[in-house]
Amino acid sequence: MIHLRGITKRFGDYAALHGIDLDVAPGEFIALLGPSGSGKTTLLRIIAGLEFQDGGTVLLGGEDVSRTPVADRHVGFVFQHYALFRHMTVADNVAFGLSVRRGKGRLPKAARRARAEELLRLVQLEGLGSRYPGQLSGGQRQRVALARALAIEPRLLLLDEPFGALDAKVRKDLRRWLRDLHKAMGLTSIFVTHDQEEALELADRVVVMNQGRIEQIGAPDAVYMNPETPFVSHFVGETNRLPAPGGEIHFRPHEITLAADGAEALLVDNVFRKGAVWRAEGLLEGSGQFVELDLPSSGEAPRLGETIRFHPHRARMFNAAGDQTQGETR
Amino acid sequence: MSTRATTESPIMRAGLITVALVFLGFFLLLPLLAVFSEALREGAGPFLDALHTPDALAAIRLTLLIAAISVPLNMIFGIAASWAITKFQFPGKALLITLIDLPFSVSPVVSGLIFVLLFGANGLFGAWLAEHDLKIIFAVPGIVLATVFITFPFVARELIPLMLEQGKDDEEAAISLGANGWQTFWHVTLPNIRWGLLYGVLLCNARAMGEFGAVSVVSGHIRGETNTMPLHVEILYNEYDFVGAFAVASLLALLALVTLVAKTVLEWRFGLHAGARH
Repeated sequence: MIHLRGITKRFGDYAALHGIDLDVAPGEFIALLGPSGSGKTTLLRIIAGLEFQDGGTVLLGGEDVSRTPVADRHVGFVFQHYALFRHMTVADNVAFGLSVRRGKGRLPKAARRARAEELLRLVQLEGLGSRYPGQLSGGQRQRVALARALAIEPRLLLLDEPFGALDAKVRKDLRRWLRDLHKAMGLTSIFVTHDQEEALELADRVVVMNQGRIEQIGAPDAVYMNPETPFVSHFVGETNRLPAPGGEIHFRPHEITLAADGAEALLVDNVFRKGAVWRAEGLLEGSGQFVELDLPSSGEAPRLGETIRFHPHRARMFNAAGDQTQGETR
Repeated sequence: MSTRATTESPIMRAGLITVALVFLGFFLLLPLLAVFSEALREGAGPFLDALHTPDALAAIRLTLLIAAISVPLNMIFGIAASWAITKFQFPGKALLITLIDLPFSVSPVVSGLIFVLLFGANGLFGAWLAEHDLKIIFAVPGIVLATVFITFPFVARELIPLMLEQGKDDEEAAISLGANGWQTFWHVTLPNIRWGLLYGVLLCNARAMGEFGAVSVVSGHIRGETNTMPLHVEILYNEYDFVGAFAVASLLALLALVTLVAKTVLEWRFGLHAGARH
């Protein structure tokens, strides 16, 4: 469906993307995950045609669209801040893509109305067509934006931090709703997020980006369980780092076994309940490294000042160059 | 203790308000009243007669004509400049932003002189213009040029902050939905900026009708031909025709009042807070 080859982009002296290659299969739901400045939004905008790459090619459905402007690419784009036309009703917003169409593809007004109604039903905003965007909640607005993008029957749906401006509860509901919608419609979709939880929950595959490069592409489980670079290990999920000869050992807070003869000893400095587990934080004896551990909450809460002995039962070793030298399991 | 820094004593407050009101009354309200009372000193008859003289009517017509030409021009220039500055990156952008403010920072008399130096008989293009029998200085085209120059910043300065604040998302959404440039401008950008635009046009119009300095330099003060209302006021005043001078002046003052009311209505109705930028 999408094939990106060697995409580069500079903004003045700043290199935003260094040769990105990416292939997306039809119907896939892809997350571009990375911190701000990682180039994820720039990449999304290049796929959309809102921005043009300096080098490399963009293929959409086998067609080279590298120099095709956004208006001719037939992609749906959803903005973080909705970008709804505030002076138009919700129905007019949704029908905008149909009403600006010229030539023989243009639908008569009644058909455009009907299509807008149908889309509003799809995004569960039936009957709100005559409202103005300012009269809707954030979650409703983003659904209008989605309906508007879907109205042009895009071959691809691109979403730039679609939940970024919403509060936590609405975000969670909308996330689940979007996943269901994606499944039902079977549309190829790419969304940008800096929220790893969102990426892991929604995407079929996660593309982890950092400083204009792709660090890892994989299924959410693979990215979480087998991060290939120290950056991915650190950015996706929580990670403890221990210095080791020739590199670093990374392990998740839950990848530990408590043992009286454990190699490591944590001096507990802070304890709180984190969902189903106790989270204990503190410094390691000896190395003075800060670590976080998850302990079963069926047991008693660790006490402050207590020493917990443990060893990581599953960990990854990265050398100084950032290459994984071994995936270690004890 | 923290309240002491922000709360003044009642006497202090009353004092400040009184000073402000007296100042306003003395410098704004009193002159305004004086204009109308002078104009109507000999009653409504002479007032209307003064406005009905051929020269006064010609001045009113000319002023309306100048505004009718220069305001739409500056509306288009202002939108184009703001659009370019806020939606695109290009070399020389900072210079353009500075240049837009030039008419505000240059004395109007100098602005007028620039056009005399360019298009006057001894000016840069003077010989060429004379050859082709074109008259710009001491004629209507010169007055239009000077007015356009003086009033250029009003629309642009109103729109640039507004369009910067609104960003490019709406336009990008429109083109991603298949709209072309014109459709995007007409259906998305223009409705987004319409009240700011109206506000800018209002201020632009007030200045276009009221401009004295620059117009005075290029007009040549030919009665019935190149005399605008502000110039006509000065001529009548210098000829000790006080009723006539104040009658025309009262029309200009009325325009100012209408502009103020319209501006207030716009601010109140649409929550514009553009006043802080002038």
